[in-house]
Amino acid sequence: MARAESRLFGSDELGALLDRVARQVAEGRIPGVPLLLVGIRTRGVPIADRLAALIGDGVPVGAVDITLYRDDLGLQGHWPVLKGTDIPFEVDGAEVVLVDDVLHTGRTVRAAMNAVCDLGRPARVRLAVLVDRGGHELPIRADYAGAAVAASPEERIEVRLRPIDPDDEVVRVGPAPC
Amino acid sequence: MSTIHIRGGRVIDPAQGLDATLDVWLHDRKVLAVGREAPANARPDEVIDAAGLVVCPGLIDCHVHLREPGNEEDETIATGADAALAGGVTTVACMPNTLPPLDTPAGVEYIVLQAKRAKKCNVYPVGAVSKGRTGGELAELGRLVEAGAVAFTDDGAPVANPALMKRALQYASMFNKVIMQHCQVMELTEGGVMNGGFQSMRLGIPGMPPEAEDIMVARDIRLAEVTGGRLHIQHISTARAVELVREGKRRGVRVTAEACPHHFTLTDDRLESFDSHFKMNPPLRTKADVDAVIEGLVDGTIEVLATDHAPHAPEKKARELNLAPFGIIGLETLVPLVVTHLIGPGLLDWPAAIRMLTAAPAELLGLHHRKGSLRPGMDADVTILDPDARWTIDPERSRSKSRNTPFAGWEVVGRAHTVIVNGEVRYRLGPEA
Amino acid sequence: MSTPPAPTGEAPSPAATPSWTRRHLLGLEDLSAGEITAILDTADSFAEVSDRPRKKVPALQGKVVFNLFFENSTRTRTSFSLAAKRLSADVQDFAASTSSLSKGESFIDTARNIEAMGCDVMIIRHSISGAPQLLSKHVRSSVINAGDGAHEHPTQGLLDLMTIRRKKGRIEGLTVGLVGDIAHSRVARSNIWGLTKLGAKVILCGPPTLVPRGFEALGCEVAHHLDEVLPRLDVVNVLRIQFERQQKGLFPSVSEYFYFYGMTRERLERSKPDLLLLAPGPINRGVELTPEVADGPNSAILDQVTNGLAVRMAVLYLVSGRGPGASKAE
Repeated sequence: MARAESRLFGSDELGALLDRVARQVAEGRIPGVPLLLVGIRTRGVPIADRLAALIGDGVPVGAVDITLYRDDLGLQGHWPVLKGTDIPFEVDGAEVVLVDDVLHTGRTVRAAMNAVCDLGRPARVRLAVLVDRGGHELPIRADYAGAAVAASPEERIEVRLRPIDPDDEVVRVGPAPC
Repeated sequence: MSTIHIRGGRVIDPAQGLDATLDVWLHDRKVLAVGREAPANARPDEVIDAAGLVVCPGLIDCHVHLREPGNEEDETIATGADAALAGGVTTVACMPNTLPPLDTPAGVEYIVLQAKRAKKCNVYPVGAVSKGRTGGELAELGRLVEAGAVAFTDDGAPVANPALMKRALQYASMFNKVIMQHCQVMELTEGGVMNGGFQSMRLGIPGMPPEAEDIMVARDIRLAEVTGGRLHIQHISTARAVELVREGKRRGVRVTAEACPHHFTLTDDRLESFDSHFKMNPPLRTKADVDAVIEGLVDGTIEVLATDHAPHAPEKKARELNLAPFGIIGLETLVPLVVTHLIGPGLLDWPAAIRMLTAAPAELLGLHHRKGSLRPGMDADVTILDPDARWTIDPERSRSKSRNTPFAGWEVVGRAHTVIVNGEVRYRLGPEA
Repeated sequence: MSTPPAPTGEAPSPAATPSWTRRHLLGLEDLSAGEITAILDTADSFAEVSDRPRKKVPALQGKVVFNLFFENSTRTRTSFSLAAKRLSADVQDFAASTSSLSKGESFIDTARNIEAMGCDVMIIRHSISGAPQLLSKHVRSSVINAGDGAHEHPTQGLLDLMTIRRKKGRIEGLTVGLVGDIAHSRVARSNIWGLTKLGAKVILCGPPTLVPRGFEALGCEVAHHLDEVLPRLDVVNVLRIQFERQQKGLFPSVSEYFYFYGMTRERLERSKPDLLLLAPGPINRGVELTPEVADGPNSAILDQVTNGLAVRMAVLYLVSGRGPGASKAE
C-alpha cells in the first residue's frame, strides 16, 4: 500500500537550495582554516559532493557512517549493514561541515559529531542540511539550511538525489494508511 | 504354585521351529505346555489374552552393564533389571567391569544375591578373564564358574595380550565357557572418540579407525581356531570384522558374534552434533559398515542381538565430547529398534529375530537347557510383545537410572506388553506408558 | 537417516542480501558464501577504526563479553579483548587454569555461573572439538568459537581470507596451499571451508601422516611434495608444527620436516613472484619458514594480526546485532 506523497521541490528548486547552502557555507568559513565537508551516509554524501563542486577551491569531501554511534543500535530487528567511515584527511584544526539531507530529531547529527570527534579535534564543527523539518529532540540546529519545512511527526520528508534515486526532488510522505 | 494361561497369541519359539497361533500354559515356574488343547490338569489362576500379540521365550540380552558394585549413581542391579523387564528382557548377562571387577567368586556371588533381592529379571554374571581386568594373568575361571559366572570377558577393554587370550580360550574350554572379546587394538585408537574416517577428519575429532577392530577380530579367530576354544565377538561394528567372522565360521572355528541396535541404525555423521549420546565404543561407523552388519544378521554370520546397555549419569554425559564416557542405554529400545528397523523393512522375519534374542544367546551363555525356548519343563520366562504398538521413545520414562540414549524422540513400532519371569508376571505395559 | 542441522542459530538469509542473522559463530562450515562475505565486508569497514587516534567506537557500549579460555592462547585472547574494547564492550577474562574447573566444576556449570553475572557474548577456546557447540546449547549468550580442538578456528580462517582479499583483491580463482599438520589443525579446517566456499582452489601439503588419505573428500587437492605444487600457488599458508606431533612419531625429525616443507628463500625463488605468504603464528622460525622469508616482502604475517582485530570486531558486532526475537527462537 503506497503512502500519499506530495512534491515539495522539483529538480530546479532543489538546485536552488543547494546553491543557497553552498553560498552560506562559503561565506561562513573561517579565513585561513581548512574547510572539510563530511557527508552523513547515505544521502549526505552526494549532497556534500555537490556542495563541494559549487564551492570549488578543491574542498575535500569525506563520508561518515554513524551506525556504530547510533543511540538506537540494537533496538531494531537487525544490525544495519556497515558502509564505513571514509575521511582520508586530517580533521585536527580544520573546520568540519557535516552535511545531511534532512534535519529532524538531531540524533543522527549527534552521532556524526561523536564519530568525527573520534577522528581528531576540529577547530569548529558546523551543520549544513538541505531541509530543516523541525521536531528536534536534542539542542541541535542547522547552521546552514536550504529550506525550512513544517512537518507533522507522522510525516516523512524525503530528499531524493541522483544517482541514488531516479530524480532530484524533495517530497512529503504522508502517514502510513491504517 | 500358580498357573498362567496365555491364550491365542502368535507363539514364536525358534528353538522348536514353532510359529503358530497357540496357547501357552505355565505352571510352578516352568512351561507346562504349548498347544491348542489345555493339559488335563490345568486350572489357570490367570488367563492372559494374547490375541494379536507375539508370545515368545523370555528375551535374553548377553551384554549389559549394571554398574553395581561401584557406580550405583549410573545404575544398580535393581534398576537395570527393571529396565530390562520394561524392554521385554527376562534374562541379562552383566559385564564384569564393575568396581571392584567381577574377578572373584565373592564378587560373582554378590551379583547373584543382589539380583535375587531385586526380584526383577534373571541376572547372570560374566566373570573377568584376567585378575583385576588388567590383562596380566588369568582370573580363577573355574571357581568363578562354580560361583555362577556364565562366560568371561574383560569387556570395557580388550584382552590385549595375545598370549593371555590364547590361554583364556584354552582354559575356559575346560568348562565349555565362551570368551567374549571387546575387539580393539588400543594402540590404534589412542585418544579416539569416534570412528576414524571421513567424518572424524571433517570434524577434527580424534578417530578410532575400523582396522583397530578388524585386526583383533582376525587375531582372535585364529587363536580360537588353534585352541578349539569358544570365541564370541562382542558388539561387532565393521564390515571387515563381519567378513572375518563369516570366513572363520566357514572354516569351522567356534566363533559367534553379536550386533547392537545402534550399529545397525546409526552412522558416524551423527557426531556432527558433537552430542555425547552418539559416543560409544565401538563407535558408530559408516553406512557401508551398517549395511555389512545388517547383511551379517541376514545371512546368519551374526547370530545374537545384544544391547551393550551402558548407563552413565547425566552429569557424566553432559560433558565435552572427549571427556564424556562411552556408551548408551539400550534395554528398553532393543525390541522397538529390532521391530522397526530389521523386521519392519523385511530384513529379518519374526522367527529369525526372536532366535537372535532367545535361543542363540541361551546357547552362547550355556543356558539353553533351561532358557531360550518354551519346551515343556523349561523355565517359565515368557515375553509377550505387541508387534503393532506405535510409540515415541522418551528417555524421561526410562526405568534405567540413566538417560543416555541417542534415540530420544524416535517414532518406533513394537513394544513389550507383558513379561513373565519364573512364572510370575513382573511387567505389564500400563496405559500411561 | 537424515541428520538435523546443528543448532547454530537461524537459517542463513539469501546470499543476495549480505545480512547476518546468526546468534553464534561456531565454524565456517555452517556459513554460506554470502555470510562469509558479509563478515569480510563488515571487517573492512572496521579496519579504519584501528588507524584512528581514538581507536574506539561506542557500538557495543553496555554489552559484556567474556573470554572463556580453557586452553591458553595469549594472542587470540588479546586480539578478541582489544576488538571488544574498541567496540566499547566490557571485557572479562576467565582463565580455566585459575578457576574452579581445576576443582572439578563442569564446563557447563562454569558457563552458567558466568552467565548469571550478566553476559552477552562468550568467546570460547577449548582443546576439545565441539565444546563451543555444547556451550551454545546451554547458554543464552552468543557464542564465538575462538578455536576448538582440531575442529575449527573460524576467526583465524576469516582473517586469513580478509588478508588474501585485501592483498590479492579477490579470493575466487586463486590457488591456495595449506602446508603442514592438516590432520590436527583447526586453522586448516576453517581455511578449507572458507576458501572453497569463496571459490579458491585449495591444495593441502604435508607428509601422509599429517595429511592422510581422504582429505580430497573435503574438496581439496592433496600433495606430499611441496616443491611439486609450489609454482602453482598464489597464496601459501604455512601452518604451525606442534612439537608433540614429532614426539608422537608423526614425522621423524624437525630437520627432516624443514627439509621437505620449510619455506626458504630458495623455495620462494621458485614460486610466483607475488606469492602471498601467510602463517597463523606463533611461528617457529627455522621450522616452518626461515626468518628472511617471514620478514620478507611476500610475507603478510603482520597484516594477518592487524586484520584479525578487524575480523573479530566484525564478528562481535554481527553476533550482537541479532534481533530481539532471536534469543526466543531456540
